[in-house]
Amino acid sequence: MFTIISRIINYGFKNFWRNGLLSTATVAIMVLALLVFTGLLIFNVVANHAVASIQDKLDIVVSFKKTTSEDEILRIKESLASLPEVKSVEYISTDKAIEIFKNSPTFKNKPEISQAINELNANPLEASLNIKARLPSQYSSIAKYLDAPNLQSSISWVSYAENQVVIDRLIAIVNTINRGGFVSTLFLTLIAGLAVFNTIRIAIYSNRDEVGIMRAVGASNFLVRGPLVVEGIIAGVLAAIFSIVITAPIVYFSSPYVQAFIPGFNVFQSFTNDIGKLFLYQLLFGVGIGVLSSFVAVRRYLKN
Amino acid sequence: MITFQSVTKAYTNSTALEDMSFEIKQGEFVSLSGRSGAGKSTVIKLLIGEEKPTKGRIFFNQYEVNKLKNTELPTFRRHVGVIFQDFRLLPTKNAYENVAFALEVAGRPHSEIEDLVPQVLDMVGLSDKGKNFPNELSGGEKQRVAIARAMIHRPEIVIADEPTGNLDPLNAFEILKILQKINELGTTLILATHDRDIINKLEKRVITIDRGRIIRDEEKGKYILV
Repeated sequence: MFTIISRIINYGFKNFWRNGLLSTATVAIMVLALLVFTGLLIFNVVANHAVASIQDKLDIVVSFKKTTSEDEILRIKESLASLPEVKSVEYISTDKAIEIFKNSPTFKNKPEISQAINELNANPLEASLNIKARLPSQYSSIAKYLDAPNLQSSISWVSYAENQVVIDRLIAIVNTINRGGFVSTLFLTLIAGLAVFNTIRIAIYSNRDEVGIMRAVGASNFLVRGPLVVEGIIAGVLAAIFSIVITAPIVYFSSPYVQAFIPGFNVFQSFTNDIGKLFLYQLLFGVGIGVLSSFVAVRRYLKN
Repeated sequence: MITFQSVTKAYTNSTALEDMSFEIKQGEFVSLSGRSGAGKSTVIKLLIGEEKPTKGRIFFNQYEVNKLKNTELPTFRRHVGVIFQDFRLLPTKNAYENVAFALEVAGRPHSEIEDLVPQVLDMVGLSDKGKNFPNELSGGEKQRVAIARAMIHRPEIVIADEPTGNLDPLNAFEILKILQKINELGTTLILATHDRDIINKLEKRVITIDRGRIIRDEEKGKYILV
């Protein structure tokens, strides 16, 4: 058995080398398919970061009347924090609010505002709670909770009503990206897979006479199929290597543009961190489709 | 050794063989003659299990060929050496590798292959062409490689289907000489051909087929179609 397996591997390598043009065409199609596959994986990572970055910016701000005591605000904070939809609640006291405001560009760049505040000799800002939901769609239920009549005497205003249109639109965008990313990955991967399958099928079709000769000489199906499967594996491994080599500079040069779009996200660093995993996926995709296509395509020529 | 018992092979719109029966004994040299399309190649395809008969039974020693399963065919074919008109060499293997392939598929050890292949290539007069690929060989040389491949595993029978069909008369007689030599060494030989000169020169048993039926079966026969 060991002799037969080593011969199969040997035939596979020799055939791959000697069918140079056909092998090159197969690897080229596989590289294209893997680039589509890798592109979709990277797009999904970028899209997820974009979505996370958008979600991070979403919140509900509840401003409290000057008459509401800090104890009352902290009690409301506790009750909000216990809601399953709430991810975090941050209390901004009036003192902290003015401090934040004084550090803001608005305050620094507009002297008339800073002068007015200083002349007031009192803190005009209200205490507030910044609430973040676990999911964008949960903001409406948090807003509904804050609508309760017993809270109205304490609350001055809730930002949700003003931002509702923006939040709803963002929710729609987030959902579309998530759903679209999954569907397009599935669809394009399928098309890329079919393209590779067809290329290998044509390559084996052009070698169908050889399959007949091998059978006539007494080669078992295992021995006929084996080298073709080995060729599929070689094509898959080479395609994965080429694909990584092509992808790396593209990601490197596009990284600053992505960073401008999603601050704090370095796509090249993320790529290099996960390069092993990415190569493994490509290898699985390339080798998997190479082996499967060879295995299926040669079957019809093994009947006699 | 080989028995055809009332074998019929029918296709959708035609009958290639009809109720054909004959026997071939160990060590015989039998020519199957007849016009193109008479049914010679069908006999060979049925004999090596490439096709199944519509009716009848085909025996080759202990094997009932018509009952062999797809998975049993490779082992059976290692008892048979086949030579085709179009040579059927593997284009991505050189002459040495084409010949060695017949032993490799049977799982024979590397040392034995290295020992036997040069001997057989020498026997067919191609000891200096081992590294040449089929596209670098002439028709006669290709057929000699095919003979070497058919011979290498010392089969009990060699079946040659129009082996001289693509060759000039000189090369054709060279091939015939090699086939005769193989037969003299004890291997049963079946030669399907419509080449009058070759059959007449052989002076061996001739089975003449016409429209799928045996019309003549003679020891030391001649090429006669009517």
